[in-house]
Amino acid sequence: MSWSDLNSTLPELALAVTALILLILEVVKEPPRAQFAWTALGGIALALVLEFALPIEGQFYNGMIALDHFSRFLNVIFMITAAGAVLIAVPYLRKSLEERGEYYALLLFATIGMMFMAKAHDLTILFLGLELLSIPLYILVGFYRHRVRSNEASLKYLLLGAFSTGFFLFGIALLYGSTGATHYDAIRQAIVSDGQLSPAMTLAGFGLLLVGFAFKVALVPFHMYAPDVYEGAPTAITAFLSTGPKVAGFAAFLKVIITSFAVTTQHWWGIVWVLAALTMTVGNVTAIRQDNLKRMLAFSSVAHAGYLAVAVLVGTYDSAFGMMFYLAVYAVTTLGAFGVVALIEGEEETSLEIDGYRGLARRSPFLAAIFTLAMVSLAGFPPTAGFLGKYFVFSAAVDTGNTWNIWLVVIAILNSLISVYYYLRPVVAMYMQEPADETPLPMSRVAVPVFLVLVLIVLGFGIFPMMLVKSGVAAAGSLF
Amino acid sequence: MTTILFYLFSALLLGAALFVVLNRNPIYSVVGLVFAFMNLAAMYFLLEAYFIGVLQVLVYAGAIMVLFLFVVMLLNVQPDRPHPGLIHPDRWWFGIMALIFVSLFLLLIGQGVRALLTSPAEDAAGMGSVADVGEALFTSFLLPFEIASLLLTVALIGTVFLAKKKV
Amino acid sequence: MDTFDLLATIIKVVIVFVTILVTIIILGLAERRVSGFMQYRLGPNRVGPWGLLQTVADGIKFLFKEDIIPDNVNRPIYLLAPVITMIPAFMTFAVIPFGVPLEIAGHTVKLQVADINIGLLYILALTSVGVYGLVLAGWSAGSKYPLLGGLRSSAQLISYELAMGLAIVGVIMVSGGLTFNEIITHQQATSWNFWKQPLAALVFLVAMFAETNRLPFDLTEAEQELVGGYHTEYSSFKFLMFYMSEYANVITASGFMVCLFFGGWDMPFIDEKALGHWGVVLSVLAFVSKVGFFLFLYIWVRWTFPRFRYDQLMRLGWKVLLPLGLVNIFAVGLWMALRA
Repeated sequence: MSWSDLNSTLPELALAVTALILLILEVVKEPPRAQFAWTALGGIALALVLEFALPIEGQFYNGMIALDHFSRFLNVIFMITAAGAVLIAVPYLRKSLEERGEYYALLLFATIGMMFMAKAHDLTILFLGLELLSIPLYILVGFYRHRVRSNEASLKYLLLGAFSTGFFLFGIALLYGSTGATHYDAIRQAIVSDGQLSPAMTLAGFGLLLVGFAFKVALVPFHMYAPDVYEGAPTAITAFLSTGPKVAGFAAFLKVIITSFAVTTQHWWGIVWVLAALTMTVGNVTAIRQDNLKRMLAFSSVAHAGYLAVAVLVGTYDSAFGMMFYLAVYAVTTLGAFGVVALIEGEEETSLEIDGYRGLARRSPFLAAIFTLAMVSLAGFPPTAGFLGKYFVFSAAVDTGNTWNIWLVVIAILNSLISVYYYLRPVVAMYMQEPADETPLPMSRVAVPVFLVLVLIVLGFGIFPMMLVKSGVAAAGSLF
Repeated sequence: MTTILFYLFSALLLGAALFVVLNRNPIYSVVGLVFAFMNLAAMYFLLEAYFIGVLQVLVYAGAIMVLFLFVVMLLNVQPDRPHPGLIHPDRWWFGIMALIFVSLFLLLIGQGVRALLTSPAEDAAGMGSVADVGEALFTSFLLPFEIASLLLTVALIGTVFLAKKKV
Repeated sequence: MDTFDLLATIIKVVIVFVTILVTIIILGLAERRVSGFMQYRLGPNRVGPWGLLQTVADGIKFLFKEDIIPDNVNRPIYLLAPVITMIPAFMTFAVIPFGVPLEIAGHTVKLQVADINIGLLYILALTSVGVYGLVLAGWSAGSKYPLLGGLRSSAQLISYELAMGLAIVGVIMVSGGLTFNEIITHQQATSWNFWKQPLAALVFLVAMFAETNRLPFDLTEAEQELVGGYHTEYSSFKFLMFYMSEYANVITASGFMVCLFFGGWDMPFIDEKALGHWGVVLSVLAFVSKVGFFLFLYIWVRWTFPRFRYDQLMRLGWKVLLPLGLVNIFAVGLWMALRA
């Protein structure tokens, strides 16, 4: 190990130290505990500074991790997501008097896990990152220990997550058995130069890996847990759960496929095609029937996973770039949407139904506007960035000229049309229906930055996308 | 001699593993699993990886399985109801899935074994000794080792948080 | 392995086994006589001269008593549990050397049944397997006191195994090996580990008492609360097996302690290896007397300290011994780094 190795993990170290400090504060400090959130934010800011202060590139720790534009782009998304989750949590936790250091510490640990997933250049690190992401989430989902639904969600998530971990690990074992390597490049080399023990074993390993990823990003039919878990978890956690892990999962998925398995595309593209088509269709069609906003957004995030799977399937430079753009926008938008839901939610999980949103525009014009913007962007209307994300991904698929890809895009566009219905339902309720009571909603000032960032990214990058396009292109470029 | 022992331990290992899965009494299953781990450790000994073998006994058979037993005993899990039988008219899909899975698995194993027969793995001298494992852990696998320590910290925090009566 | 080695190994196995059995017999008597001495009473002194045959008589009694198997026990596990306890208890001593190597007719015979290169871990592994005997015995008996005893023992043994392992790490660090011979030779060349790492020795000593379920840590069989703990429902020879395993564990633990911290067969200021056959005799005597001291210590402590409560036991294990063990590792590491 050398200093450059250590430097390459400084942002993660900063977050880990902050998390440990938070745990100590939790013991020492009496309530009220407003500092907790600020400490966590300080740690995230420090990590962000370190990420940019040490512009080193290359492979470190014997090739275990790779730092490039790709990892940096994603790390910034992760840190923004984490900061957003912290800010949303402040008013949300205060409502239930559960303001605890562990909450923020676990959030930071999960962020470290995501960062390692993006940096990983070796299946060992990828697996450990995935676990470091998952385990805090299992706990955070069950954070409201007195709520049965929270416990149920946590247990479901844990059990199914443990299963998918098993698949994932077994896949890695088979790959290692066949190719003798866990390093991305070495696996590709073994496949290309036929240095593998048995091609069937390699494919089986990849298949199991695919199952693990599909579970993490909730592709149909591995999505069953998502609605229940998203609904049962504290809403502030759902916001994090539906963004960070999904982005991390897709990023790692894309990287593994492009770096190691691009040469075997003909063997697995059919499976991913079916997964993508199923995921968007099931996600969108089921979302129509949901009256609970959390469930609706859960299915919407399943549907978005389907669109993103298209980018993975196509696997070209353009589609990788499209995915980067899509991920950045999706993360911020979904976080904002769930943030609004978390703020509107009353004590003990009330007003989560669509009826609770009636006439919201009169009770809290700001939240209503933000929520509308998020819905419009998720539905993919211009001039929001959500439209551009979809445009980049789908056009990359069409550009390949492959008939199957084009059909998939047709399905995706039909699905986007379906999604307009359920995305606009709450908007209609907010603006065109009478509220049950007229009392203005108290608005926490802490969460405002989250919404401002949302406006900035969704509208700013929707109208002037060049900055995000540039960094997205650079990120995608690191993969090829 | 080694070959005979290998087959002996393999047979015991598989037998114990089947016992674990097919048994309806959780306590028996735990005991069977401990026995399976012992045989696995014996296999490691045959491969002259003594350190890994002892760790297998110490960590899995000795520590983790005791906790399993502890939990099963504490919850007082009763033996499961008698099995309705694998072959049941309502479970035809069950059999088909199992068949597909088993044939795929056999195919994989067969391929692996055939490949190993043509190109056997090299015998690395001193592989799996304490010094080797330690060195690998603190040089080439330093980062995974450290991440694993974070992982354990998180698991610890979570367990305490979820299990403590009053926090 | 030639015939001589094979024969030597067989002889060693027999000698060690018989010695352990005899020591158990002596220990059984000593326990009661020393207790009597400490409590200012006589203790058993009727069978044989000075009561020497008392334990033999007890053993015979156990063999001839009716072997009762209660109705509501889980038979297979009930019958298996004493065996699971006893086998590891008698196997562990195999790696402990009890003297310097003996030279006979050009052959070197190590006074140790098996010199394997991970001797320390071997003992730890077997001890951890021995737990199953107690836990399963407690569960299979099908009544609540044994169950409580079994549960307590599993929690206790696992907790104290950690402290024990940490105490050993410091010793391994300074001697640079996992075999007893390396550890003892290193102590002979420098000084006993006890003088270098008294903290580790203390932690190990306490953990050793807990691991062998002896007072003040005998919560698994606390008479006042649990009748007889995990072996309440056992009688006759099966009870004897538990009884013997406990003493065998006590003997092995004492040997373990002596090897780790008190130089094993090393007699201070004397180079046993240079003295030929007399050196062998001296070294064996040194080992036996040191182990004897710790056996006495076991009984001594028994009548000196009251039993811990369960929460005190856990607090001691996790909040005192574990941190102390860690402190010791850091201190040793620092010391080694500064010296290097």
